[in-house]
Amino acid sequence: MTAHLATDRPRSFQEIILRLQSYWAGKGCAIMQPYDMEVGAGTFHPATTLRSLGSNHWAAAYVQPSRRPTDGRYGENPNRLQHYYQYQVLIKPSPPNLQDLYLGSLRAIGIDMDLHDIRFVEDDWESPTLGAWGLGWEVWCDGMEVSQFTYFQQVGGHDCKPVSGELTYGLERLAMYVLGVDHVMDMPYNDPDAMIPLSYGDVFKQTEQEYSRWNFDIADTDVLLRHFEEAEAECARILDAADDDPKTGQRIVMAHPAYDQCIKASHIFNLLDARGVISVTERQAYIGRVRTLAKACADAFVRTTAGGFAA
Amino acid sequence: MSDLLIELFSEEIPARMQAKAADDLRRLMTDGMVEAGLTYAGAAAFATPRRLTLAVEGLTTESPTLREERKGPRTDAPEKALAGFLRSTGLTKEQLEVRDDKKGQVYFAVVEKPGRAAADIVAEVLEKAIRTFPWPKSMRWGTGTLRWVRPLHSILAILSDEEGAQVVPLDVDGIASGDTTHGHRFMAPDVIKVTSFEDYAAKLKRAFVILDPQERADLIHAEATNMAFAQGLEIVEDKGLLAEVAGLVEWPVPLMGPIGEQFLELPPEVLQTSMKEHQKFFSVRDPATGKIVKYVTVANRQTTDNGATILAGNSKVLTARLSDAKFFWENDLQTVRERGLEGMAAPLANVTFHNKLGSQAERIERIAALAREIAPLVGADADMAEQAAKIAKADLSSEMVYEFPELQGLMGRYYAEAAGLPQPVANAAQLHYSPLGPSDDVPTEPVSVAVALADKLDTLTGFWAIDEKPTGSKDPYALRRAALGVIRLVLGSEVRTDLSEVLLTHGREILAIKSKLDSAYEAEVIAGAAQEKLLEAQTEVLATASGANKEKLKQIAVNLSAQYNDAQQNHSLLLNKANEASQSACCIPPLLLEFFADRLKVHLRGEGIRHDVIDAALPENWDGDIVLLVNRVRALQSFLDTEDGANLLAAYTRASNIVKAEEGKDGVEYSLDPNPDLAENDSEKALFAALDAADPQIDAALKAEDFAAAMGAIAALRSSLDTYFEATLINSENQIIRRNRLCLLNRIRNLFARIADFAKLDG
Repeated sequence: MTAHLATDRPRSFQEIILRLQSYWAGKGCAIMQPYDMEVGAGTFHPATTLRSLGSNHWAAAYVQPSRRPTDGRYGENPNRLQHYYQYQVLIKPSPPNLQDLYLGSLRAIGIDMDLHDIRFVEDDWESPTLGAWGLGWEVWCDGMEVSQFTYFQQVGGHDCKPVSGELTYGLERLAMYVLGVDHVMDMPYNDPDAMIPLSYGDVFKQTEQEYSRWNFDIADTDVLLRHFEEAEAECARILDAADDDPKTGQRIVMAHPAYDQCIKASHIFNLLDARGVISVTERQAYIGRVRTLAKACADAFVRTTAGGFAA
Repeated sequence: MSDLLIELFSEEIPARMQAKAADDLRRLMTDGMVEAGLTYAGAAAFATPRRLTLAVEGLTTESPTLREERKGPRTDAPEKALAGFLRSTGLTKEQLEVRDDKKGQVYFAVVEKPGRAAADIVAEVLEKAIRTFPWPKSMRWGTGTLRWVRPLHSILAILSDEEGAQVVPLDVDGIASGDTTHGHRFMAPDVIKVTSFEDYAAKLKRAFVILDPQERADLIHAEATNMAFAQGLEIVEDKGLLAEVAGLVEWPVPLMGPIGEQFLELPPEVLQTSMKEHQKFFSVRDPATGKIVKYVTVANRQTTDNGATILAGNSKVLTARLSDAKFFWENDLQTVRERGLEGMAAPLANVTFHNKLGSQAERIERIAALAREIAPLVGADADMAEQAAKIAKADLSSEMVYEFPELQGLMGRYYAEAAGLPQPVANAAQLHYSPLGPSDDVPTEPVSVAVALADKLDTLTGFWAIDEKPTGSKDPYALRRAALGVIRLVLGSEVRTDLSEVLLTHGREILAIKSKLDSAYEAEVIAGAAQEKLLEAQTEVLATASGANKEKLKQIAVNLSAQYNDAQQNHSLLLNKANEASQSACCIPPLLLEFFADRLKVHLRGEGIRHDVIDAALPENWDGDIVLLVNRVRALQSFLDTEDGANLLAAYTRASNIVKAEEGKDGVEYSLDPNPDLAENDSEKALFAALDAADPQIDAALKAEDFAAAMGAIAALRSSLDTYFEATLINSENQIIRRNRLCLLNRIRNLFARIADFAKLDG
């Protein structure tokens, strides 16, 4: 295996993503597209949060652009970004060979198991905003955390039955390691020998600057506060609607539209946090409010067909 | 006899849980097997990141047959009685035996419980152990309901003897037992079939798994030490880290790597903490300079490039981590340069210490005042103690301590040194938290002692003032530790102080009585002024106004009068509050001193001093002088350990019991001075003489706080007392003599009481 290492190594950020996509597609996962809303992590995609609920089986993999406004560093920090990509895999029920499948994905992106030291180090995952937790590890490659590996136990306050196995790769960090790059902005985005080679910085340096400024100093906090309350109210209103739709005469529980509002509230909260207008005590209260929405959406989803509801 | 081998093979078990899990497996299995009637010669349990293993030697092959006889009804008893007996034994009438009994012929049931094979028992006990295993946190996986710390993959369970090995048949939620396992996840993942524990351990080792965690730890320690030694360096010992790292690997391969030049200026503790917390690296020190110059990481495998790739990756991660630490360090130093330590401490005004006890900054102010007060008692310069207290907690708002809370105090010392503060002040920043535990050193430098005492006394007084005392096992603010710290600091520096006074003053401070009194006073002044104005206005109104104006002005006067009443009410409310606070401040010292006395008992137990000895030595209204109390306790304990002491205690008890009994009977107190002229026999006269001689000696000794001498004076009474009791009948027929003798015994009782309350001693 060592022999083909030189040719087997990916050459760009996008090649790592493409290899992960084809690897997990080959393992039978549905390759989903990113969710079309601002989220803090791949877990927020309904393909994970909602689909981990209920009894229906599921296997999905996707890239999710993720935003963490407080992590903005105007593109200067070698590995901190307010906008970055996560690669997310969710398989329900978790297969017995999930660790081997995961290790296979590292091989697929050119990590030679014979030369590297891969470790599963205890790290229990909890999302207070989603009312979710699970047990698992952070996976270390030569002392660097390259993935989170979690067996979901509860989501939105519901016990997960069956249990989903969730894998989350921080793509930039992983790619920097595989490609041997020290500053994220120097990382080749497409092939270095391409007709027009682009670095990660070519693509994202300017947006990091723009969003850092907006996140920290410009975003209108009054408007954001209002949006938060509106999203919260709309979520409740959607879920208050009767299950039976008078127009079509069908039973339509609107779990997804309600969950969109929950995602929105969560992201607005992150923005407000970056603007520094949320005090320590208020922080807990806001997280609690988002959690209430997440739980209500989870309650609604398990009353839908995709959530395992049988009429 | 056979040997049992069990292995529970799973996904990676958190390192911190492995040792206890191995022990739990051993306990659950051996307890269960013994309970079911098996015996064994020895058992040992092991853990690696992926397996829990138990090896039991010399296990009996089956449990013994149990024979039980039950007596039933007489043969001529009604059918119903027999039917009931048959039902309860599960036998038929034919299976019963008929025996002769005193009362005639009686049915007997003989029930034999056959022994069970070891395999059956093991299977049953193991299944129960797996299903009820006490993991601190466990989980489900896939579609199953079984809980384990991480997914459980296989169960190896074999019983082996000279004949060979046999699988103990077992199926737990679809995981069937077998005689196979796997080697190292990457280096030897194939299936391994085993026949005994020896075979298992040897095959695992060939498959790159060292089963015994101690062996892994020893290997890591030896190799790391050797690598360091070869370069003239030494490993910074860390037993906790060693155990943790040994729990992260099955095949440990220590690798030593460099630390970038640019980080060598960081304090060694910062390097050490960052490397340990984030990377689980050992620090390697240059003994010549004391600096951390390299690290050792422990990989879980060998590689063809001898770990070069692994080491390069780890070094890269370390560089990123240490860049963060360096960034914090430099920012903090800049803050110190620009704003000083008090400037660094400024944000603490916005940090709540406790919502009823104000901010950290307010607490620091109180500690500073208290440290100043304590300083002369411990031989510290008052200005320096106050200055030290003011900056001692500044590092709590440094970036470094925010990132690594365990560096609090230590960073304070570095930053105080960087600010050019006097060394005793800088040292106090680090040492004022000490002693943290019973084994932690007690600071001896006076400034550190003053701040350490002030810090702990403020904590204790504060939480007592808001009634947040430790209860049972709950002590969230570590108040027991703080009290023990005070005791050890006081004893360590021989601080002679009336603690109750200090506590009272400080309690008052904390309850902010002063400010409340001030506001009450203010309210009074305002009310007084209002009253004056009101009278003036009234006079003026009555003198000058007329008609409608007069009515209007009268109304104004009435309003003013109401305002005055409000002010007065407010005044009395504030006054009440102040009084209440003052009263609760008075409650703090006695309660807190009781707590100190309790902690002292725990502390002195280590010296073999009994609780009742401390109770006996504790004065009724103890002033909190710990040093004096401990001297008294030690003298009393060594006195009681002598033959004289034990004997005198018996004599005391006898005298005291007689007086108590007679006082009870007669309904009077025999508290008058006994009259020596009424002494009848020689022994009585001698006792009077001995008491007269002892009195001034005890006076002098107590005055000099020489408790040993006081006890010696009492010890000298032994022979007179013994002779007296032998020769004298207390309850004489002559009532005058009897009363005098009872009063004499009371005098003896009082004499003893001056030294300690002997009544509180056990026997």
